[in-house]
Amino acid sequence: MIKFFGKNTIELLLFLGRMFIFLIESIYHIFTPPFKFLNFLRQVRFFGNKSMIVVIFTGAFSGMVLALQGYYALNKFGAEALLGPVVALSLIRELGPVLCALMVTGRAGSAVTAEIGIMRITEQIDALTVMAVNPIKYVVVPNILAGIVTFPLLTAVFDLVGIYGGYVVSVHALGLSEGTYFSQMELYVDMEDIRIGLYKSLSFGLLVTWICTFMGYNAGYGARGVSRATTNAVVLSSVVILIWDYMLGAFLL
Amino acid sequence: MIEIKELYKSFGKQQVLNGVNLLINEGEVTAVIGRSGGGKTVLLKHIIGLLKPDSGSIFIKGKDITKLKGTELDEIRAEIGVVFQGGALFDSLTVYDNVAFPLTEKTKLNKKQIYEKVMKALSDVGLEGIENKYPAELSGGMRKRVALARALIGQPKIILFDEPTTGLDPILVRSIHKLIRDTQKQYGFTGLIISHEIPEIFEISDRVAMLYEGKIVEAGTPEEIQKSDNIVVKNFIMGIEMEVLE
Repeated sequence: MIKFFGKNTIELLLFLGRMFIFLIESIYHIFTPPFKFLNFLRQVRFFGNKSMIVVIFTGAFSGMVLALQGYYALNKFGAEALLGPVVALSLIRELGPVLCALMVTGRAGSAVTAEIGIMRITEQIDALTVMAVNPIKYVVVPNILAGIVTFPLLTAVFDLVGIYGGYVVSVHALGLSEGTYFSQMELYVDMEDIRIGLYKSLSFGLLVTWICTFMGYNAGYGARGVSRATTNAVVLSSVVILIWDYMLGAFLL
Repeated sequence: MIEIKELYKSFGKQQVLNGVNLLINEGEVTAVIGRSGGGKTVLLKHIIGLLKPDSGSIFIKGKDITKLKGTELDEIRAEIGVVFQGGALFDSLTVYDNVAFPLTEKTKLNKKQIYEKVMKALSDVGLEGIENKYPAELSGGMRKRVALARALIGQPKIILFDEPTTGLDPILVRSIHKLIRDTQKQYGFTGLIISHEIPEIFEISDRVAMLYEGKIVEAGTPEEIQKSDNIVVKNFIMGIEMEVLE
């Protein structure tokens, strides 16, 4: 029992150590030339443009369901007028960054892990190394930078679409006046709330791309190694997103 | 040119290299033969510095590369080309970009100069008109040729081939071997081929070494190896399992 517990603890510490060194190495390569600007742009397109549809859909329905449920709760004590701020604050401070990060992890993060994992098992990473091209600089750094840039932008789209989704339900289905929905929102949503949402999405961008690239880079052998790496990347990213969201929320509140 | 001395490497409890000693002469093609899973690829990965040995040294042009890191190691690597087992072509790039990759990343040549070199390398390996295809659209034999073109383009002094003919039919095996021989004569590189293509490998090698149980058990010219009295070498060439005799 003790042996089992000890062995797993040591393995966990080694794993965390390797992840941390990987991050430090990546950060070092972010700031040292040559810069792989084209690779960065390609990944921005991959993360940003190609995740747009899924972000718009989930954003719209999140806002709509928030309005629906929020109205039900607020109606009980006659505060329906506050539906606008409830939808906006929940989205901007909490649901926007978290749901958007979870969706992008599923869509783009998993693909990044699989792609790097396949590069690992087909010796493409080794080929880069022997050509004296640093694989972290060439493959990992563009993804991490793209994550940091695109997550906040996608979250902004998510929030905006969500607020309009909430508007459609509130005004057209629940009969709230248009002026109430937006004017109350303006009154209660501060720049501070937007800033918290931005910090969250920025940090999720780093965390998700860090985890997904690390898992792919260290994928085991064969198809099974890549599939395991992809599953682990998505599961670990999702769990870390929720834990980090709570910690950041508690810290920034 | 390359001198390997007392190289040991283990993965966990498995001892893969058990004191390898081997000398690879300049301008020659040396083949390392042996069973699959016998540590041949591990040996090759040590020569290019992808793996670090538990002990022992590898001297390339007088420098022990097992002790080198960073830029110093990259300088040695710049003189070595590698043809990986599956080609290791970048699937997101076209054939042209794959072959041009070492030049676009590591040299300051302009587009026209790169274009000329890529076209020459592709024509040297007998591939023309496929520059815009992606690796996934190529056959196994073509992929190996592209990998060879990519290894040749920087005109390295040494090229390492990791089982360059695995998975190819006998006709293609011969054609790839002939290509290695022809390009070696043309470019004059020192070649190391990891292979288990018996007897075809004897036709293109100047020297052959047999790796068995993590050691080089015999090394010599192809004729010497074929006439060897060493039971391990004899059985391997004839395709007989050692265990059957034991």
